[in-house]
Amino acid sequence: MTDDRPTLAVWKFASCDGCQLSLLDCEDELLALSGAVRIAHFTEMSRASVEGPYDLSLVEGSITTGSDADRIQEIRRSSRRLVTIGACATAGGIQALRNSTEAGAYVGTVYAHPEYISSLSTSTPISAHVPVDLELQGCPINRRQLLDVITSELAGRRPAIPTHSVCQECKGRGNVCVLVAGGTACLGPVTRAGCGALCPSVDRGCYGCFGPSEGANPKALADRLLSQGMAPVDASRLFATFYVGNPVFGDEAARLAGTGEAQSNDQVESE
Amino acid sequence: MTHGSGPHRSVAVGGLSRVEGEGSLRVDVRDGVVADVALSIFEPPRFFEAMLQGRRATEAPDITARICGICPVAYQMSACSAVEEACGVSVDSRVTALRRLLYCGEWIQSHALHVYLLHAPDFLGYADAVELAERDRDTVERGLGIKRTGNLVMETVGGRAIHPVNVRVGGFYRAPGVKEIAALAEPLRRARDAALATVEWVGGFEFPDADGPYRFVALRQAGRYPIESGRVASSDGLDLSPGEFADRVVEDHVARSTALRARLDGRLDYLTGPLARYALNSNELPEMASQAAADAGLGPVCTNPFQSIVVRAVELVFACDEALGLVNRYEPPIPPATEIRPRAGTGTGATEAPRGLLFHRYELDDAGLIQTARIVPPTSQNQLTIESDLRRVAQAALDLPDEQLAWRCEQAVRNHDPCISCAAHFLDVTVVRQ
Repeated sequence: MTDDRPTLAVWKFASCDGCQLSLLDCEDELLALSGAVRIAHFTEMSRASVEGPYDLSLVEGSITTGSDADRIQEIRRSSRRLVTIGACATAGGIQALRNSTEAGAYVGTVYAHPEYISSLSTSTPISAHVPVDLELQGCPINRRQLLDVITSELAGRRPAIPTHSVCQECKGRGNVCVLVAGGTACLGPVTRAGCGALCPSVDRGCYGCFGPSEGANPKALADRLLSQGMAPVDASRLFATFYVGNPVFGDEAARLAGTGEAQSNDQVESE
Repeated sequence: MTHGSGPHRSVAVGGLSRVEGEGSLRVDVRDGVVADVALSIFEPPRFFEAMLQGRRATEAPDITARICGICPVAYQMSACSAVEEACGVSVDSRVTALRRLLYCGEWIQSHALHVYLLHAPDFLGYADAVELAERDRDTVERGLGIKRTGNLVMETVGGRAIHPVNVRVGGFYRAPGVKEIAALAEPLRRARDAALATVEWVGGFEFPDADGPYRFVALRQAGRYPIESGRVASSDGLDLSPGEFADRVVEDHVARSTALRARLDGRLDYLTGPLARYALNSNELPEMASQAAADAGLGPVCTNPFQSIVVRAVELVFACDEALGLVNRYEPPIPPATEIRPRAGTGTGATEAPRGLLFHRYELDDAGLIQTARIVPPTSQNQLTIESDLRRVAQAALDLPDEQLAWRCEQAVRNHDPCISCAAHFLDVTVVRQ
């Protein structure tokens, strides 16, 4: 019997498993999806694995070791389309914080025998190593967007993934602006939509877990936060989380850290 | 997958499947005896404890959530609890109740995932739940329905199922409204029925003979089955505060793995997780869950690791029932969070992640910045016990053909629902052999 369904493969690099879990979190669609595509390699779900080539590879996680840098090359070669999912795969993830520290500093903090650990001094996105056909943002990704990406890829169309800021979603939900009305530090104006403005909806400032929106101006936002009394070092921390590896946020974090050392740790909470 | 025949056999599984994260296992057999076993963790390390240095303590819940997408609430709760202890704050009982509800959501989600999608296919001879669904779609749909309910609880309380946004040190950003919480009752009732059916289903599986001489370690608290707090108890009589326990757990680092291995007092291996929680707390289960356990043939203690799937199903009944009670008694905490003033200090937080005890310890300076962080996830505590299991299970199954022996060994690892993503962040466990 021939199986002419398109093949899907899911790969993991340095990450928390949350983005691939998003696929298993599609409880209503998982069985329909597994009928429409052949899930050829998905270690978290199945002990069966089919050799490539694959029509679509979803890649979670960042590149942090030499052997992973080699492995992604092989995966690219065996994948017709390659889509990266989540902050780790698209920007290096929270673990990209190591990129701005002295090489080796982290490994010595965590491990008694750093010599046993084979790890690069940087955490880099997949696109730094191989051509990527599409990047889906989020820490974690939104499972609706993931389904849209998979079905669009298989149909050969472009998925409808917004690139504008969280502010538009937030207005759509009818939230009162936490930044303007509440004085709460909020990255919504510079963060890509896709979550549904979750944080402002629980009276909290957005913390940027979908990465920078298109045309984001983080310096303008930072100036606003500083004028509200936030210490530069705290503003820097706000940009230095899950998308610190994206230069739009990472450079702003570095700039703020550079100007903020002298007045660090003033008691202005970021939340 | 396996190499050699006759007296020397080596069974290797290069990429362990249906676990969270990247690991492998190897069993070496010499002259009909299992000579060596190795569970290797090659998940790349991410150095969370180093990343936390110099960060605000209030950032710990969101940062450490990213250690594990399967059990982010466990990380958030242990982090909050540790920071609150360091700052000398105790939270409102309504905050505690809401945390417990959120945590029940995670148990429901994670246990349904493990029972139905990761573990059950082993007992029925399927590669995965999709194959299982081809034969028995209704059963898989039932599991997915339970899982969906767990996610719904997390979304309602936490704002998001994976990496919830509503948790903060001291409590929550926003207390969900009474109506929002009340809307969880009906789905939870259905999930509880489905969980009861789950116990019956998995109770009918065939279990290989196995009996672990386990040292069980779990939280214990009079009057309630442990989730978000308690003292640390063991089957050989320990009764310690989380801080005292953390002092006695020593981790070592061996060369084949990126995880650290934990031992009590540097020499005793132990097991955390459903089997341990159940053994030390089965008397605290509500009637419905304990009756389901009895009907499935479980005594007050279960030492067959393959039956952990039954214990997990019993805990599903418990978590649904407990969540339902919390929903019915819900009062929004006002304010939703206790204010935390930074101060220098050290705090330890221990909670029961779905797969076992998870503790965090932070040392803070007087500005509320983290000076040192220590995070010990369940899988690093269980790793040595998992290897002992592997040795026993492989020895008992040597008559099986290679492919089946390898599968049985994989199953022995999955019995403990290891979260390798968690274990490697800090830990790289490597075992050096002579």
